[in-house]
Amino acid sequence: MESGSASSSSKALMENIVDQPHVLAVDDNVIDRKLVEKLLKNSSCKVTTAENGTRALEFLGLGDHRHNSLEGNVSKVNLIITDYCMPGMTGYDLLKKIKESSVMKEVPVVIMSSENVPTRINKCLEEGAQMFMIKPLKQSDIKRLRCHLMNSRT
Amino acid sequence: MDAISQWRKQWFDYIQYLRQEKGFLDDQFVQLKKLQDENSPDFVVEVISLFFQDSEKLLNNMANSFEQEVVDFKQIDAHVHQFKGSSASIGAMRIKNVCVTFKNYCEAQNMDGCLRCLQQLQQECSVLKNKLEKLLNLERQILAAGGSIPVLE
Repeated sequence: MESGSASSSSKALMENIVDQPHVLAVDDNVIDRKLVEKLLKNSSCKVTTAENGTRALEFLGLGDHRHNSLEGNVSKVNLIITDYCMPGMTGYDLLKKIKESSVMKEVPVVIMSSENVPTRINKCLEEGAQMFMIKPLKQSDIKRLRCHLMNSRT
Repeated sequence: MDAISQWRKQWFDYIQYLRQEKGFLDDQFVQLKKLQDENSPDFVVEVISLFFQDSEKLLNNMANSFEQEVVDFKQIDAHVHQFKGSSASIGAMRIKNVCVTFKNYCEAQNMDGCLRCLQQLQQECSVLKNKLEKLLNLERQILAAGGSIPVLE
C-alpha cells in the first residue's frame, strides 16, 4: 500500500479507474490471455495484452529502446495484471521493473498465479503488488479487483 | 415435448453427464460459458478451438522432446505446465489432473511415467474433443431451431 500525498498522476489514475480503465494484461498462455481480456472487457475495461514481460515493458515505454513520453508523466495504463510463471522474465521480475520506473511505479500491479504459494504471494505483495489472484479468474474476481482499486485510493 | 424442449433436455443431461458422472468438465467450464454474451456470441467455441489447437502443438512438442537423445525434462515440464494452465482455464478437469501427475513424473525424471502420461493426454484430448463437439452441435441445433441454451448455475 502506498503512503504519502496523492500526486496529480495518482488523481488521474483514480478518475480513470472509475470510467474505463486501460489495463495491460500479461500472460504467456494464449488461452489465459483470451480469458482475462474477456473478463476485463466485460467489466468495461479497455485491454491491451502482451505475451511476455519484454513486450509488456516495450508497450509501457520501458523497453531497451527507451523513449521519453512527451506527454509528461502520465502512464498509458491504469492497471497492469500479470501472470507470475512466465519463461524468461517472471511476473515478479516485471513487477520490480515497473516499481523501479519513475513514470510507472504509481500504476497498480496485480499478479495472477495458478499456484497458491504463500511465500510467493508475500514476496509479490512486499515488492508492491496491489493484489495477488489465483487462476483461473472469475468475473467476481475482476469485480473485486475494481472495488479494491477504487477503495485503496485515499 | 416439442423438439426444442427435447434437445434442451438432452443438452442438460449431457452436461450433467460430462460434469458429474464422468468428471470431464468442472465448474470452470460453467464460468467460461458465463463469459459469452451478445458482444461475443462465439466466445466459447473460439476458446475451445484455441485450446485444441494449442494442445496439439504442445503434445507434438512433448513427443519430440522424448525422441531426443538426451531428454530435457525441464523443457517437457514447461510444456506440461502450459497445458495444465490451459486445461484448468477451460474446465477440462481430467486433462488437468493428468498434467498434475505428469509434472510429478517430470520432476522425478521418470521416463516411463512421463510416457504413460503423454499417451493418456493424447487420449483424453481426443475424447474431450469429441464430447465437446457433440455438445456444441446440440447447441447449434437448438439455436437454429429458434430455441435457447439452458443457463447453468
